[in-house]
Amino acid sequence: MIPTGTNYINELVALYGKERTSLMPILQGIVARKNFISDQDMTEIAKELDLSAAQVYGTATFYSFLDTEPRGEYVIRVCKTITCDMHGKKTIVQALEDMLKIKAGETTPNKKFTLLETNCLGWCHEGPAMLINDVPYSGLTVEKVHDIISEYINK
Amino acid sequence: MSEQTLKRVDLIFGEYSNEKYKVLAQTVTKTNEEILKDLLDSGLRGRGGAGFPTAMKWKFTADAPGDEKFVVCNADEGEPGTFKDREILYRVPRKVFSGMAICGKVIGAKKGYMYLRGEYRFLLPALMKELDCYHEHAKALGLDFTIEIKMGSGAYICGEESALFESMEGSRGEPRNKPPYPTTSGFMKKPTVINNVETFVNVLMIMRLGAEQYRKLGTSDSRGSKVFSVSGDTPIPGIYELELGMPLDKFVEEFGDGDTKAVQVGGASGFCVPRKKFKDTIIGFEGVPTGGSMMIFNSSRSMYNVLHNYLEFFEEESCGQCTPCRVGCQQLLKGIRAVKKGEKKAVYLDQLMKLSESMKITAKCGLGQSVANSFSSIVNNFREEMIY
Repeated sequence: MIPTGTNYINELVALYGKERTSLMPILQGIVARKNFISDQDMTEIAKELDLSAAQVYGTATFYSFLDTEPRGEYVIRVCKTITCDMHGKKTIVQALEDMLKIKAGETTPNKKFTLLETNCLGWCHEGPAMLINDVPYSGLTVEKVHDIISEYINK
Repeated sequence: MSEQTLKRVDLIFGEYSNEKYKVLAQTVTKTNEEILKDLLDSGLRGRGGAGFPTAMKWKFTADAPGDEKFVVCNADEGEPGTFKDREILYRVPRKVFSGMAICGKVIGAKKGYMYLRGEYRFLLPALMKELDCYHEHAKALGLDFTIEIKMGSGAYICGEESALFESMEGSRGEPRNKPPYPTTSGFMKKPTVINNVETFVNVLMIMRLGAEQYRKLGTSDSRGSKVFSVSGDTPIPGIYELELGMPLDKFVEEFGDGDTKAVQVGGASGFCVPRKKFKDTIIGFEGVPTGGSMMIFNSSRSMYNVLHNYLEFFEEESCGQCTPCRVGCQQLLKGIRAVKKGEKKAVYLDQLMKLSESMKITAKCGLGQSVANSFSSIVNNFREEMIY
Protein backbone atom coordinates (compact mmCIF):
# COMPACT_ATOMS: atom_id res chain seq x y z
CA MET A 1 0.00 0.00 0.00
CA ILE A 2 1.09 3.57 -0.56
CA PRO A 3 0.99 5.77 2.55
CA THR A 4 -0.43 9.22 1.94
CA GLY A 5 0.22 11.43 4.97
CA THR A 6 3.37 13.21 6.10
CA ASN A 7 3.89 10.69 8.88
CA TYR A 8 4.25 7.92 6.36
CA ILE A 9 6.59 5.86 8.53
CA ASN A 10 4.06 5.82 11.38
CA GLU A 11 1.37 4.86 8.89
CA LEU A 12 3.44 1.95 7.62
CA VAL A 13 4.42 0.80 11.11
CA ALA A 14 0.77 0.90 12.17
CA LEU A 15 -0.11 -1.28 9.19
CA TYR A 16 2.72 -3.80 9.20
CA GLY A 17 3.76 -3.87 12.86
CA LYS A 18 7.07 -3.54 14.65
CA GLU A 19 8.48 -7.00 14.04
CA ARG A 20 11.69 -7.50 12.13
CA THR A 21 9.57 -9.21 9.42
CA SER A 22 7.80 -5.88 8.95
CA LEU A 23 10.99 -4.21 7.76
CA MET A 24 10.78 -5.18 4.09
CA PRO A 25 7.14 -4.13 3.60
CA ILE A 26 7.87 -0.83 5.39
CA LEU A 27 10.88 -0.11 3.18
CA GLN A 28 8.89 -1.08 0.09
CA GLY A 29 6.08 1.23 1.22
CA ILE A 30 8.47 4.16 1.49
CA VAL A 31 9.79 3.54 -2.03
CA ALA A 32 6.20 3.38 -3.30
CA ARG A 33 5.49 6.70 -1.63
CA LYS A 34 8.59 8.80 -2.46
CA ASN A 35 10.78 6.59 -4.70
CA PHE A 36 13.73 6.39 -2.34
CA ILE A 37 14.63 5.81 1.30
CA SER A 38 16.57 8.62 2.94
CA ASP A 39 19.05 8.32 5.81
CA GLN A 40 16.52 10.03 8.02
CA ASP A 41 13.87 7.46 7.04
CA MET A 42 16.22 4.66 8.00
CA THR A 43 17.06 6.16 11.38
CA GLU A 44 13.40 6.69 12.11
CA ILE A 45 12.46 3.12 11.14
CA ALA A 46 15.29 1.83 13.32
CA LYS A 47 13.85 3.70 16.31
CA GLU A 48 10.33 2.48 15.62
CA LEU A 49 11.35 -1.16 15.17
CA ASP A 50 13.96 -1.13 17.92
CA LEU A 51 16.75 -2.05 15.53
CA SER A 52 20.11 -0.42 14.96
CA ALA A 53 20.26 2.01 12.06
CA ALA A 54 22.98 -0.23 10.61
CA GLN A 55 20.58 -3.16 10.42
CA VAL A 56 18.03 -1.10 8.55
CA TYR A 57 20.74 0.31 6.29
CA GLY A 58 22.09 -3.21 5.69
CA THR A 59 18.73 -4.50 4.53
CA ALA A 60 17.81 -1.43 2.50
CA THR A 61 21.07 -1.30 0.56
CA PHE A 62 21.01 -5.00 -0.27
CA TYR A 63 18.05 -4.78 -2.64
CA SER A 64 18.29 -3.09 -6.01
CA PHE A 65 14.66 -1.91 -5.92
CA LEU A 66 15.05 -0.30 -2.50
CA ASP A 67 16.74 2.85 -3.70
CA THR A 68 18.63 4.83 -1.11
CA GLU A 69 19.37 7.84 -3.25
CA PRO A 70 16.86 10.24 -4.74
CA ARG A 71 15.02 8.93 -7.78
CA GLY A 72 12.58 10.46 -10.19
CA GLU A 73 8.83 10.05 -10.01
CA TYR A 74 9.09 7.37 -12.70
CA VAL A 75 11.96 4.93 -12.48
CA ILE A 76 12.68 3.27 -15.81
CA ARG A 77 14.56 0.00 -15.59
CA VAL A 78 15.72 -1.46 -18.90
CA CYS A 79 16.60 -5.15 -18.87
CA LYS A 80 20.23 -5.70 -19.86
CA THR A 81 20.38 -9.49 -19.56
CA ILE A 82 21.35 -11.64 -22.49
CA THR A 83 18.24 -12.04 -24.65
CA CYS A 84 17.15 -8.42 -24.27
CA ASP A 85 20.75 -7.43 -25.00
CA MET A 86 20.72 -9.59 -28.14
CA HIS A 87 17.47 -8.07 -29.29
CA GLY A 88 18.55 -4.47 -29.23
CA LYS A 89 18.64 -3.23 -25.65
CA LYS A 90 21.39 -0.77 -26.57
CA THR A 91 19.17 1.00 -29.12
CA ILE A 92 16.40 1.23 -26.57
CA VAL A 93 18.64 2.75 -23.92
CA GLN A 94 20.01 5.15 -26.53
CA ALA A 95 16.48 6.19 -27.49
CA LEU A 96 15.58 6.78 -23.85
CA GLU A 97 18.77 8.75 -23.26
CA ASP A 98 18.05 10.95 -26.29
CA MET A 99 14.47 11.53 -25.28
CA LEU A 100 15.09 12.26 -21.62
CA LYS A 101 18.45 13.97 -22.24
CA ILE A 102 20.15 12.02 -19.47
CA LYS A 103 22.54 9.05 -19.35
CA ALA A 104 21.66 5.68 -17.87
CA GLY A 105 21.99 5.99 -14.10
CA GLU A 106 20.86 9.61 -14.04
CA THR A 107 17.67 11.49 -13.11
CA THR A 108 16.14 14.30 -15.15
CA PRO A 109 16.55 17.80 -13.62
CA ASN A 110 12.79 18.06 -13.08
CA LYS A 111 12.96 14.83 -11.01
CA LYS A 112 10.38 13.17 -13.19
CA PHE A 113 12.42 10.28 -14.65
CA THR A 114 15.32 8.10 -13.56
CA LEU A 115 16.87 5.82 -16.16
CA LEU A 116 18.50 2.60 -14.95
CA GLU A 117 19.59 -0.72 -16.36
CA THR A 118 18.64 -3.85 -14.49
CA ASN A 119 19.03 -7.62 -14.56
CA CYS A 120 16.58 -10.09 -16.08
CA LEU A 121 12.97 -8.91 -15.80
CA GLY A 122 11.49 -12.19 -17.00
CA TRP A 123 10.31 -11.05 -20.46
CA CYS A 124 13.06 -12.80 -22.45
CA HIS A 125 10.66 -14.05 -25.14
CA GLU A 126 9.50 -10.50 -25.83
CA GLY A 127 12.73 -8.56 -25.40
CA PRO A 128 13.80 -5.87 -25.17
CA ALA A 129 11.80 -5.08 -22.05
CA MET A 130 11.64 -2.44 -19.35
CA LEU A 131 9.77 -1.58 -16.19
CA ILE A 132 8.43 1.87 -15.46
CA ASN A 133 7.88 1.74 -11.73
CA ASP A 134 5.85 -1.50 -11.51
CA VAL A 135 4.54 -1.62 -15.06
CA PRO A 136 6.31 -3.88 -17.57
CA TYR A 137 6.69 -3.00 -21.25
CA SER A 138 8.01 -5.58 -23.69
CA GLY A 139 8.65 -5.99 -27.39
CA LEU A 140 10.17 -2.52 -27.40
CA THR A 141 11.13 -0.62 -30.51
CA VAL A 142 12.37 2.96 -30.76
CA GLU A 143 8.89 4.06 -31.93
CA LYS A 144 7.19 2.25 -29.09
CA VAL A 145 9.54 3.84 -26.56
CA HIS A 146 8.71 7.27 -27.99
CA ASP A 147 4.99 6.63 -27.59
CA ILE A 148 5.30 5.29 -24.07
CA ILE A 149 7.59 8.03 -22.79
CA SER A 150 5.54 10.78 -24.44
CA GLU A 151 2.57 9.53 -22.50
CA TYR A 152 4.48 9.67 -19.23
CA ILE A 153 5.88 13.12 -20.02
CA ASN A 154 2.33 14.39 -20.36
CA LYS A 155 1.17 12.76 -17.14
CA MET B 1 9.44 -44.68 -27.08
CA SER B 2 8.42 -41.45 -25.47
CA GLU B 3 12.15 -40.65 -25.09
CA GLN B 4 12.51 -40.01 -28.77
CA THR B 5 9.80 -37.50 -29.37
CA LEU B 6 8.87 -34.00 -28.42
CA LYS B 7 5.43 -34.12 -26.93
CA ARG B 8 3.37 -31.11 -26.14
CA VAL B 9 1.31 -31.40 -23.01
CA ASP B 10 -1.53 -29.31 -21.68
CA LEU B 11 -1.51 -29.99 -18.00
CA ILE B 12 -0.23 -26.92 -16.21
CA PHE B 13 -2.19 -24.37 -18.24
CA GLY B 14 -5.18 -26.63 -18.78
CA GLU B 15 -8.54 -25.20 -17.87
CA TYR B 16 -9.70 -24.94 -14.28
CA SER B 17 -12.24 -27.44 -13.01
CA ASN B 18 -15.81 -26.34 -13.57
CA GLU B 19 -16.24 -25.78 -9.85
CA LYS B 20 -13.81 -23.49 -8.05
CA TYR B 21 -11.24 -25.36 -5.93
CA LYS B 22 -12.84 -28.70 -6.81
CA VAL B 23 -9.63 -30.75 -6.82
CA LEU B 24 -8.59 -29.19 -3.52
CA ALA B 25 -11.97 -30.12 -2.03
CA GLN B 26 -11.55 -33.70 -3.24
CA THR B 27 -7.98 -33.94 -2.03
CA VAL B 28 -8.58 -32.76 1.52
CA THR B 29 -10.86 -35.75 2.08
CA LYS B 30 -7.86 -38.05 1.63
CA THR B 31 -5.50 -38.94 4.46
CA ASN B 32 -2.05 -37.40 4.52
CA GLU B 33 -0.55 -40.84 3.96
CA GLU B 34 -2.62 -41.30 0.80
CA ILE B 35 -1.56 -37.93 -0.54
CA LEU B 36 2.10 -38.56 0.20
CA LYS B 37 1.91 -41.98 -1.41
CA ASP B 38 0.40 -40.48 -4.58
CA LEU B 39 3.18 -37.91 -4.67
CA LEU B 40 5.86 -40.52 -4.13
CA ASP B 41 4.40 -42.78 -6.81
CA SER B 42 4.18 -39.89 -9.24
CA GLY B 43 7.94 -39.42 -9.16
CA LEU B 44 7.54 -35.65 -9.00
CA ARG B 45 10.78 -33.73 -8.56
CA GLY B 46 11.04 -30.01 -7.82
CA ARG B 47 10.56 -27.74 -10.80
CA GLY B 48 12.80 -24.89 -9.70
CA GLY B 49 15.84 -26.58 -11.20
CA ALA B 50 17.44 -28.67 -8.45
CA GLY B 51 14.95 -31.52 -8.78
CA PHE B 52 14.63 -32.71 -5.18
CA PRO B 53 11.87 -35.34 -4.82
CA THR B 54 8.83 -33.42 -3.64
CA ALA B 55 7.31 -36.27 -1.62
CA MET B 56 10.51 -36.61 0.41
CA LYS B 57 10.68 -32.89 1.13
CA TRP B 58 7.10 -32.93 2.38
CA LYS B 59 7.59 -36.06 4.44
CA PHE B 60 10.76 -34.76 6.13
CA THR B 61 8.93 -31.57 7.05
CA ALA B 62 5.83 -33.43 8.22
CA ASP B 63 8.03 -35.63 10.43
CA ALA B 64 10.16 -32.76 11.77
CA PRO B 65 9.48 -31.92 15.41
CA GLY B 66 7.70 -28.63 16.05
CA ASP B 67 4.18 -27.27 16.34
CA GLU B 68 4.58 -24.40 13.95
CA LYS B 69 5.40 -25.16 10.32
CA PHE B 70 5.26 -23.17 7.12
CA VAL B 71 4.65 -23.59 3.42
CA VAL B 72 6.51 -21.21 1.15
CA CYS B 73 6.02 -20.80 -2.57
CA ASN B 74 9.16 -19.59 -4.27
CA ALA B 75 7.98 -17.11 -6.89
CA ASP B 76 11.30 -15.27 -7.05
CA GLU B 77 11.88 -16.32 -10.62
CA GLY B 78 15.11 -14.56 -11.52
CA GLU B 79 17.15 -16.96 -13.60
CA PRO B 80 17.97 -15.31 -16.92
CA GLY B 81 15.82 -16.83 -19.64
CA THR B 82 13.10 -18.01 -17.25
CA PHE B 83 9.62 -16.52 -17.30
CA LYS B 84 7.32 -19.49 -16.89
CA ASP B 85 6.33 -18.79 -13.28
CA ARG B 86 5.13 -15.36 -14.33
CA GLU B 87 2.86 -17.01 -16.88
CA ILE B 88 1.62 -19.62 -14.39
CA LEU B 89 0.84 -16.94 -11.81
CA TYR B 90 -0.90 -14.88 -14.45
CA ARG B 91 -2.98 -17.67 -15.96
CA VAL B 92 -3.58 -20.32 -13.28
CA PRO B 93 -2.90 -18.88 -9.80
CA ARG B 94 -5.75 -20.96 -8.39
CA LYS B 95 -3.76 -24.12 -9.07
CA VAL B 96 -0.75 -22.71 -7.21
CA PHE B 97 -2.76 -21.79 -4.11
CA SER B 98 -4.49 -25.20 -4.18
CA GLY B 99 -1.11 -26.96 -4.26
CA MET B 100 0.10 -24.89 -1.33
CA ALA B 101 -3.04 -25.71 0.66
CA ILE B 102 -2.57 -29.43 0.05
CA CYS B 103 1.00 -29.09 1.30
CA GLY B 104 -0.25 -27.23 4.38
CA LYS B 105 -2.59 -30.08 5.20
CA VAL B 106 0.07 -32.76 4.73
CA ILE B 107 2.79 -31.13 6.82
CA GLY B 108 0.46 -29.62 9.40
CA ALA B 109 1.06 -25.95 8.60
CA LYS B 110 -1.48 -23.22 9.15
CA LYS B 111 0.31 -20.52 7.26
CA GLY B 112 1.66 -20.27 3.76
CA TYR B 113 3.61 -17.51 2.06
CA MET B 114 4.29 -16.69 -1.52
CA TYR B 115 7.50 -14.76 -2.08
CA LEU B 116 6.95 -12.83 -5.29
CA ARG B 117 9.82 -11.08 -7.02
CA GLY B 118 9.58 -7.29 -7.13
CA GLU B 119 9.73 -7.34 -10.93
CA TYR B 120 6.32 -9.10 -10.90
CA ARG B 121 4.53 -6.64 -8.64
CA PHE B 122 2.10 -5.93 -11.48
CA LEU B 123 0.64 -9.40 -10.85
CA LEU B 124 -0.21 -8.56 -7.25
CA PRO B 125 -3.76 -7.15 -7.62
CA ALA B 126 -4.99 -10.22 -9.55
CA LEU B 127 -3.25 -12.58 -7.15
CA MET B 128 -4.83 -10.86 -4.14
CA LYS B 129 -8.23 -11.21 -5.73
CA GLU B 130 -7.71 -14.93 -6.29
CA LEU B 131 -6.45 -15.24 -2.71
CA ASP B 132 -9.73 -13.81 -1.42
CA CYS B 133 -11.51 -16.47 -3.42
CA TYR B 134 -9.17 -19.13 -2.02
CA HIS B 135 -9.74 -18.03 1.56
CA GLU B 136 -13.51 -18.17 1.09
CA HIS B 137 -13.32 -21.73 -0.21
CA ALA B 138 -10.79 -22.82 2.40
CA LYS B 139 -13.14 -21.57 5.09
CA ALA B 140 -16.03 -23.50 3.57
CA LEU B 141 -13.88 -26.62 3.44
CA GLY B 142 -12.88 -26.18 7.07
CA LEU B 143 -9.28 -25.82 6.00
CA ASP B 144 -7.20 -23.95 8.57
CA PHE B 145 -4.57 -22.66 6.14
CA THR B 146 -4.12 -19.04 5.12
CA ILE B 147 -1.81 -17.64 2.48
CA GLU B 148 -0.02 -14.30 2.42
CA ILE B 149 2.09 -12.73 -0.31
CA LYS B 150 5.47 -11.20 0.49
CA MET B 151 7.27 -9.07 -2.04
CA GLY B 152 10.91 -9.22 -3.04
CA SER B 153 12.80 -6.14 -4.13
CA GLY B 154 15.06 -7.06 -6.98
CA ALA B 155 17.65 -9.55 -5.76
CA TYR B 156 18.37 -12.70 -7.79
CA ILE B 157 19.97 -14.43 -4.81
CA CYS B 158 16.66 -14.44 -2.94
CA GLY B 159 15.55 -17.29 -5.20
CA GLU B 160 17.99 -19.38 -3.15
CA GLU B 161 15.75 -20.83 -0.47
CA SER B 162 17.64 -19.82 2.65
CA ALA B 163 18.31 -16.33 1.28
CA LEU B 164 14.58 -16.11 0.59
CA PHE B 165 13.82 -16.86 4.25
CA GLU B 166 16.31 -14.21 5.36
CA SER B 167 14.59 -11.73 3.09
CA MET B 168 11.14 -12.68 4.38
CA GLU B 169 12.47 -12.15 7.89
CA GLY B 170 13.54 -8.61 7.02
CA SER B 171 17.26 -9.16 6.57
CA ARG B 172 19.74 -9.00 3.73
CA GLY B 173 19.15 -11.89 1.36
CA GLU B 174 22.29 -13.78 2.33
CA PRO B 175 22.16 -17.58 2.13
CA ARG B 176 22.56 -19.63 5.29
CA ASN B 177 24.85 -22.55 5.90
CA LYS B 178 23.32 -25.95 5.20
CA PRO B 179 22.55 -28.11 7.07
CA PRO B 180 20.18 -27.46 8.73
CA TYR B 181 17.85 -27.70 5.74
CA PRO B 182 14.50 -25.90 5.48
CA THR B 183 12.68 -29.16 6.29
CA THR B 184 13.84 -28.68 9.89
CA SER B 185 14.83 -25.00 9.96
CA GLY B 186 13.33 -22.70 7.35
CA PHE B 187 11.27 -19.53 7.73
CA MET B 188 11.66 -18.23 11.31
CA LYS B 189 13.86 -21.32 11.87
CA LYS B 190 10.73 -23.49 11.78
CA PRO B 191 10.25 -26.60 9.61
CA THR B 192 9.30 -25.31 6.17
CA VAL B 193 8.44 -26.75 2.79
CA ILE B 194 9.64 -24.42 0.08
CA ASN B 195 8.70 -25.34 -3.47
CA ASN B 196 8.72 -23.64 -6.83
CA VAL B 197 5.48 -22.24 -8.28
CA GLU B 198 5.32 -24.94 -10.92
CA THR B 199 5.90 -27.74 -8.40
CA PHE B 200 2.73 -26.79 -6.52
CA VAL B 201 0.75 -26.88 -9.76
CA ASN B 202 2.18 -30.32 -10.55
CA VAL B 203 1.03 -31.53 -7.13
CA LEU B 204 -2.50 -30.47 -7.94
CA MET B 205 -2.34 -32.14 -11.35
CA ILE B 206 -1.19 -35.38 -9.73
CA MET B 207 -4.13 -35.17 -7.35
CA ARG B 208 -6.45 -34.64 -10.29
CA LEU B 209 -5.06 -37.30 -12.64
CA GLY B 210 -3.72 -39.83 -10.17
CA ALA B 211 -0.07 -40.86 -9.93
CA GLU B 212 -0.49 -43.64 -12.49
CA GLN B 213 -1.63 -41.31 -15.24
CA TYR B 214 0.95 -38.65 -14.39
CA ARG B 215 3.80 -41.17 -14.49
CA LYS B 216 3.04 -41.93 -18.11
CA LEU B 217 4.56 -38.58 -19.00
CA GLY B 218 8.32 -38.23 -19.23
CA THR B 219 11.07 -40.75 -18.53
CA SER B 220 11.99 -42.89 -15.53
CA ASP B 221 14.23 -40.18 -14.05
CA SER B 222 12.11 -37.25 -15.11
CA ARG B 223 8.42 -37.89 -14.67
CA GLY B 224 5.78 -35.51 -15.87
CA SER B 225 5.83 -32.44 -18.03
CA LYS B 226 7.76 -29.23 -17.70
CA VAL B 227 7.02 -25.67 -18.65
CA PHE B 228 9.84 -24.35 -20.81
CA SER B 229 10.74 -20.73 -21.37
CA VAL B 230 12.09 -20.51 -24.90
CA SER B 231 13.95 -17.38 -25.98
CA GLY B 232 16.85 -16.11 -28.04
CA ASP B 233 17.29 -16.86 -31.72
CA THR B 234 14.03 -18.63 -32.36
CA PRO B 235 11.14 -17.74 -34.64
CA ILE B 236 8.69 -18.90 -31.96
CA PRO B 237 9.80 -17.62 -28.54
CA GLY B 238 7.40 -18.25 -25.70
CA ILE B 239 6.21 -20.68 -23.09
CA TYR B 240 5.74 -24.34 -23.92
CA GLU B 241 4.73 -27.28 -21.82
CA LEU B 242 6.65 -30.33 -22.99
CA GLU B 243 7.24 -33.81 -21.75
CA LEU B 244 10.53 -34.24 -19.90
CA GLY B 245 13.33 -36.42 -21.20
CA MET B 246 13.46 -35.08 -24.77
CA PRO B 247 16.67 -35.03 -26.78
CA LEU B 248 18.04 -31.57 -27.46
CA ASP B 249 18.35 -32.08 -31.23
CA LYS B 250 14.58 -32.57 -31.46
CA PHE B 251 14.07 -29.44 -29.45
CA VAL B 252 16.36 -27.44 -31.73
CA GLU B 253 14.65 -28.84 -34.79
CA GLU B 254 11.38 -27.48 -33.54
CA PHE B 255 12.45 -24.21 -31.96
CA GLY B 256 15.71 -23.24 -33.67
CA ASP B 257 16.00 -20.91 -36.64
CA GLY B 258 17.95 -23.43 -38.73
CA ASP B 259 21.28 -21.91 -37.75
CA THR B 260 21.49 -22.80 -34.07
CA LYS B 261 25.01 -22.78 -32.71
CA ALA B 262 24.36 -23.44 -29.05
CA VAL B 263 21.60 -23.76 -26.49
CA GLN B 264 21.96 -22.53 -22.94
CA VAL B 265 19.98 -24.99 -20.86
CA GLY B 266 18.96 -23.86 -17.38
CA GLY B 267 19.82 -20.17 -17.62
CA ALA B 268 23.02 -18.36 -16.77
CA SER B 269 23.66 -20.88 -13.99
CA GLY B 270 23.03 -23.79 -16.35
CA PHE B 271 25.00 -25.40 -19.16
CA CYS B 272 25.83 -24.29 -22.65
CA VAL B 273 25.45 -27.14 -25.14
CA PRO B 274 27.18 -26.73 -28.55
CA ARG B 275 25.69 -27.99 -31.80
CA LYS B 276 27.81 -31.14 -31.95
CA LYS B 277 26.38 -32.35 -28.65
CA PHE B 278 22.68 -31.70 -29.37
CA LYS B 279 22.09 -35.30 -30.37
CA ASP B 280 23.46 -36.81 -27.17
CA THR B 281 21.91 -34.39 -24.74
CA ILE B 282 18.73 -35.26 -22.91
CA ILE B 283 16.74 -32.51 -21.23
CA GLY B 284 15.86 -33.86 -17.83
CA PHE B 285 17.37 -34.96 -14.58
CA GLU B 286 19.22 -37.83 -16.30
CA GLY B 287 20.87 -35.39 -18.70
CA VAL B 288 20.96 -31.63 -18.43
CA PRO B 289 18.43 -30.42 -15.88
CA THR B 290 16.69 -27.10 -16.26
CA GLY B 291 14.32 -24.89 -14.32
CA GLY B 292 12.80 -24.22 -17.73
CA SER B 293 15.18 -21.74 -19.30
CA MET B 294 16.15 -22.58 -22.89
CA MET B 295 18.09 -19.81 -24.62
CA ILE B 296 18.96 -20.40 -28.24
CA PHE B 297 21.95 -18.78 -29.95
CA ASN B 298 22.59 -18.82 -33.68
CA SER B 299 25.91 -18.52 -35.46
CA SER B 300 25.75 -14.73 -35.60
CA ARG B 301 26.22 -14.55 -31.82
CA SER B 302 29.55 -14.14 -30.11
CA MET B 303 29.77 -16.61 -27.25
CA TYR B 304 32.29 -14.27 -25.64
CA ASN B 305 29.55 -11.66 -25.39
CA VAL B 306 27.19 -14.26 -23.98
CA LEU B 307 29.64 -15.31 -21.27
CA HIS B 308 30.54 -11.69 -20.56
CA ASN B 309 26.85 -10.90 -20.05
CA TYR B 310 26.43 -13.84 -17.64
CA LEU B 311 29.50 -12.92 -15.64
CA GLU B 312 28.39 -9.31 -15.30
CA PHE B 313 25.09 -10.67 -14.07
CA PHE B 314 26.72 -12.92 -11.47
CA GLU B 315 29.16 -10.25 -10.35
CA GLU B 316 26.25 -7.91 -9.62
CA GLU B 317 23.97 -10.50 -8.10
CA SER B 318 26.53 -12.20 -5.87
CA CYS B 319 25.50 -11.33 -2.31
CA GLY B 320 29.15 -10.76 -1.43
CA GLN B 321 28.98 -12.80 1.73
CA CYS B 322 31.53 -15.48 0.86
CA THR B 323 34.91 -14.76 -0.71
CA PRO B 324 34.96 -17.46 -3.42
CA CYS B 325 31.86 -16.05 -5.04
CA ARG B 326 32.43 -12.35 -4.40
CA VAL B 327 36.03 -12.32 -5.62
CA GLY B 328 35.65 -15.23 -8.00
CA CYS B 329 32.95 -13.60 -10.12
CA GLN B 330 34.98 -10.39 -10.36
CA GLN B 331 38.15 -12.20 -11.33
CA LEU B 332 36.47 -14.39 -13.96
CA LEU B 333 35.02 -11.28 -15.58
CA LYS B 334 38.32 -9.39 -15.44
CA GLY B 335 40.08 -12.49 -16.69
CA ILE B 336 38.09 -13.05 -19.86
CA ARG B 337 38.31 -9.34 -20.67
CA ALA B 338 42.10 -9.48 -20.31
CA VAL B 339 42.38 -12.54 -22.56
CA LYS B 340 40.15 -10.95 -25.16
CA LYS B 341 42.22 -7.77 -25.17
CA GLY B 342 45.42 -9.78 -25.44
CA GLU B 343 46.68 -8.59 -22.06
CA LYS B 344 46.80 -12.19 -20.92
CA LYS B 345 47.81 -15.26 -22.91
CA ALA B 346 45.22 -17.80 -23.95
CA VAL B 347 46.48 -20.33 -21.38
CA TYR B 348 45.20 -17.95 -18.71
CA LEU B 349 41.78 -19.38 -19.53
CA ASP B 350 42.91 -22.64 -17.92
CA GLN B 351 43.71 -20.81 -14.73
CA LEU B 352 40.28 -19.17 -14.81
CA MET B 353 38.77 -22.58 -15.32
CA LYS B 354 40.52 -23.79 -12.17
CA LEU B 355 39.18 -20.77 -10.32
CA SER B 356 35.65 -21.59 -11.38
CA GLU B 357 36.16 -25.18 -10.21
CA SER B 358 37.33 -23.89 -6.82
CA MET B 359 34.21 -21.77 -6.61
CA LYS B 360 32.17 -24.87 -7.27
CA ILE B 361 33.52 -26.58 -4.16
CA THR B 362 34.03 -23.61 -1.87
CA ALA B 363 31.19 -21.15 -2.48
CA LYS B 364 28.51 -21.12 0.17
CA CYS B 365 25.45 -21.43 -2.03
CA GLY B 366 24.20 -22.43 -5.44
CA LEU B 367 24.98 -19.07 -7.03
CA GLY B 368 28.75 -19.25 -6.59
CA GLN B 369 28.79 -23.00 -7.10
CA SER B 370 27.04 -22.89 -10.43
CA VAL B 371 29.01 -20.10 -12.12
CA ALA B 372 31.39 -22.85 -13.24
CA ASN B 373 28.57 -24.54 -15.19
CA SER B 374 28.22 -21.85 -17.81
CA PHE B 375 31.83 -20.72 -17.54
CA SER B 376 33.44 -24.07 -18.28
CA SER B 377 30.83 -25.19 -20.79
CA ILE B 378 31.27 -22.01 -22.82
CA VAL B 379 35.05 -21.76 -22.52
CA ASN B 380 35.55 -25.46 -23.31
CA ASN B 381 33.30 -25.47 -26.33
CA PHE B 382 34.04 -22.03 -27.74
CA ARG B 383 37.61 -21.39 -26.72
CA GLU B 384 38.59 -19.61 -29.94
CA GLU B 385 35.80 -17.13 -29.52
CA MET B 386 37.15 -16.22 -26.09
CA ILE B 387 40.58 -15.40 -27.53
CA TYR B 388 40.10 -13.86 -30.97
